[in-house]
Amino acid sequence: MARFIFRRLAFAIVTLWLVVSAAFFLIRAAPGGPFDGERRLPPAIEKNLLASYHLDEPLPVQYWRYLRMVGGGDLGPSFKQKDFTVNELISAGLPISLGLGISAFLLALLLGTSLGTFAALGHDTFRDRFLSGLATLGLAFPPLIVAPILVLVFAVGLAWLPAGGHSSPKHYVLPTIALSLPYIAAFARLSRIGCLEALGLPHVTTARAKGLSHPRLIFQHVFPSAFVPVLSFSGPAAAALLAGSMVVEEVFSLPGLGRYFVQGAINRDYTLVMGTVLVYAVLILVLNLLVDLLYGRLDPRVRSEMVASND
Amino acid sequence: MTDLRWSSLRPAHKASVVCLLLLALALLLVPWLSPWGQEHIDWNAIDTPPSPTHWFGTDGSGRDLLVRTMAGGRVSLTIAVLATIVSFAIGLPWGAIAGFAGGRVDQLMMRIVDGLYGLPFMFLVILLVVFFGRNPYLLFIAIGAVSWLDLARIVRGQTLVVKNAMYIEAARALGVTDLWIITRHVVPNVMGPASVYATLTIPGIIIAESFISFLGLGIQEPQTSWGVLIADGATRLHAPWQLIFPATFLAVTLLVLNVAGDQLREAMEPKKQGVRL
Repeated sequence: MARFIFRRLAFAIVTLWLVVSAAFFLIRAAPGGPFDGERRLPPAIEKNLLASYHLDEPLPVQYWRYLRMVGGGDLGPSFKQKDFTVNELISAGLPISLGLGISAFLLALLLGTSLGTFAALGHDTFRDRFLSGLATLGLAFPPLIVAPILVLVFAVGLAWLPAGGHSSPKHYVLPTIALSLPYIAAFARLSRIGCLEALGLPHVTTARAKGLSHPRLIFQHVFPSAFVPVLSFSGPAAAALLAGSMVVEEVFSLPGLGRYFVQGAINRDYTLVMGTVLVYAVLILVLNLLVDLLYGRLDPRVRSEMVASND
Repeated sequence: MTDLRWSSLRPAHKASVVCLLLLALALLLVPWLSPWGQEHIDWNAIDTPPSPTHWFGTDGSGRDLLVRTMAGGRVSLTIAVLATIVSFAIGLPWGAIAGFAGGRVDQLMMRIVDGLYGLPFMFLVILLVVFFGRNPYLLFIAIGAVSWLDLARIVRGQTLVVKNAMYIEAARALGVTDLWIITRHVVPNVMGPASVYATLTIPGIIIAESFISFLGLGIQEPQTSWGVLIADGATRLHAPWQLIFPATFLAVTLLVLNVAGDQLREAMEPKKQGVRL
């Protein structure tokens, strides 16, 4: 087990290095730079500016400098927001994005799986068909549609909830709903299918034949198997939620990580963009690792595979 | 095994196919039949709600929203189809070679696919598009280049099935080269299932394009797409029709494609036919 984790961590570090390198060379290969403005700077000033950010050095030197810096946990100064380091900007934006992402993920997971299970337990009844239809409908509403419509209805029309800002928990209600809606639907579909398949598994039939009570049957035997597809979708879903929060942050003017990324990309704020991409990559890798570890808990077959991969 | 005859479709699926055809017709014909051009400014009707002259109303510059919604749909769907072709062009050979070669080559190629799954692709696509010019060509190539992973897995799986067929053994016995076997025997036989799965990726690609354009990083004015129109509408909530029409069209398109996709998926996996997604 320990070796499994160790291997995955080594793999994660290589992946991070690839992400950083891809972003680094992609940005440097592009035409234009962070100091190209409406008005050209006097050459002397531009030269000093480039030198102070080490942008005048040869590319491999810059690359090596950046890797060393990032390795030490320092993401450098922001090129555009002069008084801030990227670390400061990210530590300001990350809690907002994480709060939004985690609440949306939990809402999607809890509500989605309960609806899915509820539908599966009434297989082929009206309830099942109604909920399945609703789930199919929900998949067609990505955050970029839901977010502005929620603002239109609940903030502009009914004036129940604020349209933007982040000063109170109330401000997070609409963003969370907008972000989680398609994932509630996706989790509901997956858990429904998982449940229906689990209900037909031999060990469930055996347990039923043994005369196990209904709740025990569901919680002890159906859920663990039914949850496997839900879990395997959790990694990609969480990654997609992180990306989706860019749109939601934009619509609700939340100063989260996603906004910094978009701003940085538009302004060619090299260090800020690379910093945010790196943080996103770390989050996604950690989530995938967690999912893999949970896998082993739920599915004994995977657990034995992990042990087998030790040698 | 793939039963896609009209009579075997359920009502919801028939409706989705009809809707798709109607949508395609509207996208093709409306801009052509309408008296208004995509960039034509009606100075007498700026920010006006739907009316007999402008069925979907006009935007803040007095442009007809019906025509713009249809034109945006053309762009969104064209990019989706082209991106799908790009993902096909990468995923098909990748999966076929991995599956056919087997052994270490297969292991390595599929490990790469696994590794790529963990990357924050959306961010790299955005960087690519922002830094190398926001043109539609780059947009669909970039989106296509990051959405071939599932396809490669499916093609590999299909190739493993086809690989042991008698005709391939016969071809081998005749001394045909591997390249020839892959291009002449493997690819045509995995083409069917692969293209069905490729069409299933279209809604995801439409969302990706709208997403990037919504953030102002993809399609640029005066060209438009559903993402651009929704983003414009979202900032002009005093004129809600500017949001509602493009948003409805995008949602209906996604819904219809998802329903049609479910049908295809069921037809592909007869085992799961009893279980409706």
